[in-house]
Amino acid sequence: MFSIIQSMWLTFLHMFHKRETIQYPEEKIKLPARWRGRIVLTRDPDGGERCVGCYLCAAACPVDCISLQATEDEYGRRYPEFFRINFSRCIFCGYCEEACPTYAIQLIPDFEMCEYNRQNLVYEKADLLVNGQGKYPGYNYYKVAGLAIKGKGKGQGENEEQPVDVKSLIP
Amino acid sequence: MATLYIDNQPYEVTSGNNLLETCLTLGFDLPYFCWHPAMGSVGACRQCAIKVYKDENDKKGKLVMSCMEPVTNNQRISITDAEAKEFREEIIGWLMTNHPHDCAVCDEGGSCHLQDMTVMTGHSYRKFRYKKRTHINQNLGPFINHEMNRCIQCYRCVRFYNDYAGGKDFDVFASRNNVYFGRHEDGVLENEFSGNLSEVCPTGVFTDKTLKQHYTRKWDLTMAPSVCQHCSLGCNTIAGERYGSLRMIANRYHGEVNGYFICDRGRFGYEFVNAPDRVRQPVLNGKTVGRDEIMEEIKKRLKESKVIGIGSPRASIQSNFALKALVGKNNFYHGVSENEHDMAELAIQILKEGPARTPSLKEVESADAIFIMGEDLTNSSPMLALAVRQAVRVKPMKEVIQANIPDWHDYAAREFVQEKKGPLYSATIHGTKLDDIAAQTHYAAPDEIARLGFAVAHRIDSSVPDVENYPDELKKLADTIAEGLKKAERPVVISGLSSESESVMKAAANVAWALNKSNKNTGLVLTMLECNSLGLAMMGGGKLDGAFNAILHSHADTAIIMENDLYRHGSTATVDKFLKMCRQIIVLDHTPNPTMSKAHVIIPAGTFAESDGTLVNNEGRAQRFFQVYEATDVIQESWRWLLNMGVNAGNERMSHWKNFEDITKAISDEEPMLKGVETITPPATYRVAGQRIPREPHRYSGRTAMNAHLNVSEPKPPEDPDSSLSYTMEGYRGLAPSSMIPYFWSPGWNSVQSVNKYQQEVAGHLRGGDPGLRLIEANKNTEPNYFMSVPEFFQPIAGHFWVVWTHHIYGSDELSNKSASVSQRVPKPYVMINPKDAEELKLTEGQLLSFEVLKDVYELPVRINNTIPAGLAAMPYALEGMPATGLPEWGIIKSVDRK
Ligand code: SF4
Ligand code: SF4
Ligand code: SF4
Ligand code: SF4
Ligand code: FES
Repeated sequence: MFSIIQSMWLTFLHMFHKRETIQYPEEKIKLPARWRGRIVLTRDPDGGERCVGCYLCAAACPVDCISLQATEDEYGRRYPEFFRINFSRCIFCGYCEEACPTYAIQLIPDFEMCEYNRQNLVYEKADLLVNGQGKYPGYNYYKVAGLAIKGKGKGQGENEEQPVDVKSLIP
Repeated sequence: MATLYIDNQPYEVTSGNNLLETCLTLGFDLPYFCWHPAMGSVGACRQCAIKVYKDENDKKGKLVMSCMEPVTNNQRISITDAEAKEFREEIIGWLMTNHPHDCAVCDEGGSCHLQDMTVMTGHSYRKFRYKKRTHINQNLGPFINHEMNRCIQCYRCVRFYNDYAGGKDFDVFASRNNVYFGRHEDGVLENEFSGNLSEVCPTGVFTDKTLKQHYTRKWDLTMAPSVCQHCSLGCNTIAGERYGSLRMIANRYHGEVNGYFICDRGRFGYEFVNAPDRVRQPVLNGKTVGRDEIMEEIKKRLKESKVIGIGSPRASIQSNFALKALVGKNNFYHGVSENEHDMAELAIQILKEGPARTPSLKEVESADAIFIMGEDLTNSSPMLALAVRQAVRVKPMKEVIQANIPDWHDYAAREFVQEKKGPLYSATIHGTKLDDIAAQTHYAAPDEIARLGFAVAHRIDSSVPDVENYPDELKKLADTIAEGLKKAERPVVISGLSSESESVMKAAANVAWALNKSNKNTGLVLTMLECNSLGLAMMGGGKLDGAFNAILHSHADTAIIMENDLYRHGSTATVDKFLKMCRQIIVLDHTPNPTMSKAHVIIPAGTFAESDGTLVNNEGRAQRFFQVYEATDVIQESWRWLLNMGVNAGNERMSHWKNFEDITKAISDEEPMLKGVETITPPATYRVAGQRIPREPHRYSGRTAMNAHLNVSEPKPPEDPDSSLSYTMEGYRGLAPSSMIPYFWSPGWNSVQSVNKYQQEVAGHLRGGDPGLRLIEANKNTEPNYFMSVPEFFQPIAGHFWVVWTHHIYGSDELSNKSASVSQRVPKPYVMINPKDAEELKLTEGQLLSFEVLKDVYELPVRINNTIPAGLAAMPYALEGMPATGLPEWGIIKSVDRK
């Protein structure tokens, strides 16, 4: 008897607490920047595609919902030929983002992606690629990698010496 | 045997080996770079450091390189010692001071020995704060990609390429931390084994350029054990698929056959599987039709016609057998030329009834004297050439051992040996790439090679007839060869089909048999033309001419031609006539060819990657290859098509065969020479702890996305009715039976170096025994039944050439030719003649010579070669537009064009 009254009293007190419910969708929720929602592919500061098609996100994904094919342009820059995420499988764990060595793949604070038709949850590269750097501004993988690409020859990366002249006799 | 204490635990080990391989054999994880199981130690990388203690009271010990120290009895070592561990961690840090930040864009990633060793040593943070040295890469041709920045200076590449494979266009340049591994200038890597650099190099400096075109990580491949289809040696391979196309071929270690390496034809020839012009749908009179329609049509056609079947030396025994069962024993013909057919039968007779055993490739490597007769091995059977290259070291290595230098101490051994070589005698039509290691070379017409063989055999056993009127210099040569072979402990005679001369093969048999009388270790290797030539020959069946006659004489009106381009096995005129006379031509094949273009019905057969099958290599070893992936479209194995046809046609016997195993069992029961083939792999019902062996690594990615663009609901993965491999990543993760290892992997060992974990001892047999079953064993104690007819001496005829074959590693094989990378290496047709003949005809290099041979006129640019004897002309075997059958034959010189 006493405990019933106590419960009713506590419930009654809740009427004077701050409201947690918001009037979604009229009122939008404010999410922290690191909230793990819809996945995007970002670009580096020069506007180039960040993703180099390394397959690490795909390997890290516990539900195997990322698939891609790496290819390269005529100057040797790698990028994904196609990049597909099946969001009907994605559990938004963020492992792909953790695995990505180039900061290309990022989870963003957006969860508004419901569909009536499950097939529409299959996102291709065109749906994923955004025109920005996302959470990690400034990073440009190709500047620190040893691979030469258009506009960056051997020895022109950060922290690199000029290429060795193998025919030189100087010790 | 010796007792070795590793971290105070005693182990019984073989003495004399080095500590590194001993530890690896025992299953310890010890990092290394420069040591290679097939190439020994040089102590260059310092990565394999361990502690060695004087005795049990020695607590301090000293650091040594385990690859450079032999095991001694009661030795005490430590792998886990803190100082040793720290040393190893520091070393890898130093090796990587210049290593680029490349893993994400590096094709080695995920199967990188450097990554594995970095994790194993625990090195995780870069301490080196200075700039990285960089290098300019080279374009090394269609096979190998070069990314020099990733080099850690282990020297494995140059040791493999130059020391092991005899390459001459590769080296190390510059000094100290600038050292550079590559060619003196950009250009195609010429060595036929260059592809192995991608596996030998522990980093991503050398990688497979064909894989790069459709790059896939190792963990994302669906892989299956396969067998190379591009020559008769049957090297074991791993084939990997992704998104429905074949992505790469890698070596599959086999302790008796190919060991750690394969040739470039085998590694890069696979691209024909992905060729855009592959046959993917059934075709009826030029129109693409569906599966049901074609089956209905064939049923009707088979019912109302008299059918013959033409098999193929490049199809599995299952496919050939299914065809034989469908058309009946008497209507089954081997799709090979008369000469090929007879020589394959002769080879079987020699190997089976004669006393000399045919050795495996591994055994050839340990031969201490070799006599090659009529074979340009580098071009016809490449891995055999590589084995011969190792064999010439056997004799000098005996002195190395006597000098108390262990054989694995590679640098010391090579310094000791210098240029000394064991006896290799080579009698070929013209110069070959093995000449640089040969003690004696002799260039002659096939019959002259045979005569030399008779002369040698006679000098070993006088019951072989001698060659009459033999010139003195050749007598001397025969004496030398006979002496050299007689002195050897394990002599090997190598001959084969590529010169298509029976007398050469017979002479080779005579030499081997004569030797065998006094030395039971004598080996005789006979190479064949195609991957299953021997398997086909072991299966009864008529000759191709019989098939032609059956149609020409109207005993039959319909021909089923399976995986065979008849133009490679019969002359153009006869095949044309035959195909014209056939009322109906039904072709089962995967790749378009001239025969197919004349077919009324085309059935899309699976390539090796889409099929299960068994091949018999030149050693008589039956080896199974597994389907890598289920074919899309209506493609299926030839044998399955034929089974379906048989069942449709009401063939009682065939209706009992449901899958691969049933057919294989029937082969074993019905073909006496192929008895036992069903035992080479565990049955399809085989499970380990209730599980199949997965074709996919456990990190396989993208399952729920790869087909999602077609349909978001994933299809059920296919089930394999023919083997106990699964098409998924689920299954048993431990060691698979040796005959069905889909890929090499072990915890902490993602690269191919993990093969250590699959061997009984490092570089030894696979655990559970090397796969395959030798179907031919020599009749050890029989008296040799020598071939007695010595061929006539070769006499050139004025105005004529005796036209012979010359084989090309790239170009002479039908399927690898269609590979995009290999096709870039195929030479243009030419004819090779002697300078004397050229002078007589007033021809210079590249001018056109027109001659008639086999009723066809050829006009070809000449290549002048000092080694080919006068009066001979060599044509490249089976290049586009070149014949593939009928030679050697006389050709008549028509005209010369000196433009
Ligand atoms: S991990 Fe990053 S760079 Fe690699 S494939 Fe995924 S998105 Fe691209
Ligand atoms: S060689 Fe290995 S460690 Fe070096 S970049 Fe390539 S994958 Fe990474
Ligand atoms: S290129 Fe590769 S094999 Fe050659 S030294 Fe460098 S790391 Fe070693
Ligand atoms: S030697 Fe022959 S079987 Fe071996 S890989 Fe080369 S082509 Fe294939
Ligand atoms: S493996 Fe022993 S020093 Fe390189």
